[in-house]
Amino acid sequence: MQYALLKKDHLNDFISKLAQEQKVVAPVSRGFGQFSFEEVADASRIILKHIPTILPPKKYFMPQEETLLEYNLSEGQSMEAVVECQKMVLFGVHTCDLAGIQCLNIAFSERPKDFNYLIRKNKIAIVGLECNDYCDEYASCSLMDNHFPNGGYDLFFTDLGDFFIVHVNTQLGDELIEKTKVFERADKSHMDTLAKMREKKRGIFKNEVDIDHQELEPLFKKSQNSKVWDELNKRCVACANCTNVCPSCYCFDVTDELQLDLKHGKRYRRWDSCQNEGFAKVSGGESFREKRGERQKHRYYRKFLYPMAKFARFFCTGCGRCSRTCMAKINLKETIRSLITEKA
Amino acid sequence: MKKIAIRDSEYEPKKSRILRTKRMTATEKLFEIALPGGKSLDHEPGQFVEVSVFGVGEAPISVSSSPTKRGSFELCIRKVGRVTEALHRLEAGDDVGIRGPFGKGFSVRILEGNDLLFVAGGLGIVPLRSLINYVIDNRRDFGTVNILLGCKTPKDMLFNEEVDEWNKRLDVKLNCTVDKADPAWKGNVGLITSLIPGINLDPDRTFGVVVGPPIMYRFVIKELLAKKIPERQILVSLERHMKCGLGKCGHCQIENLYCCQDGPVFTYDKIKNLKGAL
Ligand SMILES: Cc1cc2nc3c(=O)[nH]c(=O)nc-3n(C[C@H](O)[C@H](O)[C@H](O)COP(=O)(O)OP(=O)(O)OC[C@H]3O[C@@H](n4cnc5c(N)ncnc54)[C@H](O)[C@@H]3O)c2cc1C
Ligand code: SF4
Ligand code: FES
Repeated sequence: MQYALLKKDHLNDFISKLAQEQKVVAPVSRGFGQFSFEEVADASRIILKHIPTILPPKKYFMPQEETLLEYNLSEGQSMEAVVECQKMVLFGVHTCDLAGIQCLNIAFSERPKDFNYLIRKNKIAIVGLECNDYCDEYASCSLMDNHFPNGGYDLFFTDLGDFFIVHVNTQLGDELIEKTKVFERADKSHMDTLAKMREKKRGIFKNEVDIDHQELEPLFKKSQNSKVWDELNKRCVACANCTNVCPSCYCFDVTDELQLDLKHGKRYRRWDSCQNEGFAKVSGGESFREKRGERQKHRYYRKFLYPMAKFARFFCTGCGRCSRTCMAKINLKETIRSLITEKA
Repeated sequence: MKKIAIRDSEYEPKKSRILRTKRMTATEKLFEIALPGGKSLDHEPGQFVEVSVFGVGEAPISVSSSPTKRGSFELCIRKVGRVTEALHRLEAGDDVGIRGPFGKGFSVRILEGNDLLFVAGGLGIVPLRSLINYVIDNRRDFGTVNILLGCKTPKDMLFNEEVDEWNKRLDVKLNCTVDKADPAWKGNVGLITSLIPGINLDPDRTFGVVVGPPIMYRFVIKELLAKKIPERQILVSLERHMKCGLGKCGHCQIENLYCCQDGPVFTYDKIKNLKGAL
């Protein structure tokens, strides 16, 4: 069975049956037009039409804080490397965020491998959810080629009014279907409806910036000394919101913490940001990338240039989160437009 | 949340024993360390390890001993902050955690058969000492050896006895300079760059190996290029903030390169066009 059908009325059964067995997280409303992935018991709080959540699903793959080592300093110091993980179903992941998870997979599976990430990732079942229309004006998923499903999920839901067409991509996805017993067979008429929606979608989604996908890498290559970075230098307040909400940013800091008994302790890692002042400071006092504009450039280059050479893939997913959240209203699409204008 | 133990985690240090310590200056201390079971570190000169003091943290430190010294290795640590201060409180018999060795060191296979010009400023002698002693232990496999050492004052000189030993050898030429002399000082006074023009060398077969504080590189490299040493025969070791040593945490990144994995040793031609490398 490649495609299945789920009547909308049965979504609640699907979620609640899964939730009886394991943690299920899905997008819920946080008010003020904001959304976040939270644990749910049934479908009542799930919002199907939502703009990208405040934090991307990265928070489940690479938690904001996670223990790497536990140790006991009494009796000749013992330590153990650990991974914190939990079986869960991640429901309602947009295609841009699926791309973000793939970026993280690639970064952490490159040697030397990061087993904390790799072990945790395989405990999470991913259910994607298609966007039939744009979420809002910040998105650039079409430019990044992430507006159609491109794998990276176990099940993929497309909302077609009264029902979802569900692409069953993996054995694990099939198991979720078998276990919950609320799915039906998709017949040709349903598949035609899907094809029609996709056709319509092709008309809606256009490159959000007037540049070819392929031209992005050369554009950034040429922009090493661009004035645009000086411009961002004046505006950025180095709050690091942009990197925190980015689905493909994974920089971290490592810290030790001793309990009050001064015997038991742990070493954990925590999200860090290349936008922070001290991020690249060394013991001699020199700070590399001292200017905010240099750090902004670094952020963009880590999305549009460096990963192309290393992994043949952009690390910008087009989700628009950095632009939505920026305290200084730095907008990714405008930055790219400025670079184009400058080079023209 | 459930915690499961993982084997072969790259973050797991090996519990290692401090065999010996030696105070070198007011701020530098030497540690001789053995891995569990007396296993060799098997590093290349120029590589570094991550040293843990549990409950305090981890710091990247260059291996200062030569790989020809087996069974234990040496680190020379300057006290600058939390982890390095905690390390300074440790003595022989105490344990530390060791991860690594990490990164690309000085490729001794490429250096073999060639003339070598070592330029060490300040703490730069710490990683360079590993290579210098390797070369001395395999002396006939290399051409002429010139060593230039520079530091602020005679008090800051590291490895004095060893440097004297090098100086006594007929197969090593050595020159020291300080920014500010004291009455007992018999060597040169002035910047290390001033020692380079006077050296007689064959640029085609000379490798310049330079380690020092960030500002030193630009000036020294200029002098080496003036001597017509080809760009890819100039080797430097760069210091960056490092946390993981695994090419993941992002702290050490220089443009597209990760200093912890692609470096810390680079040939000049690979980094000369990278903004913020030197
Ligand atoms: C490849 C490499 C080799 C090194 N080799 C030696 C060596 O042989 N001997 C030696 O004494 N020192 C060496 N260092 C420097 C040493 O790693 C730092 O002095 C040490 O990490 C500072 O930690 P701290 O907790 O004592 O200081 P902190 O209290 O954390 O901070 C003091 C200062 O050090 C900077 N710093 C903090 N953490 C790091 C870090 N992980 N990397 C670089 N800078 C940092 C901070 O920005 C701050 O300016 C090396 C560094 C690198 C990257
Ligand atoms: S969110 Fe905006 S202001 Fe904050 S660090 Fe990023 S670009 Fe700078
Ligand atoms: S030290 Fe973490 S990426 Fe290099």
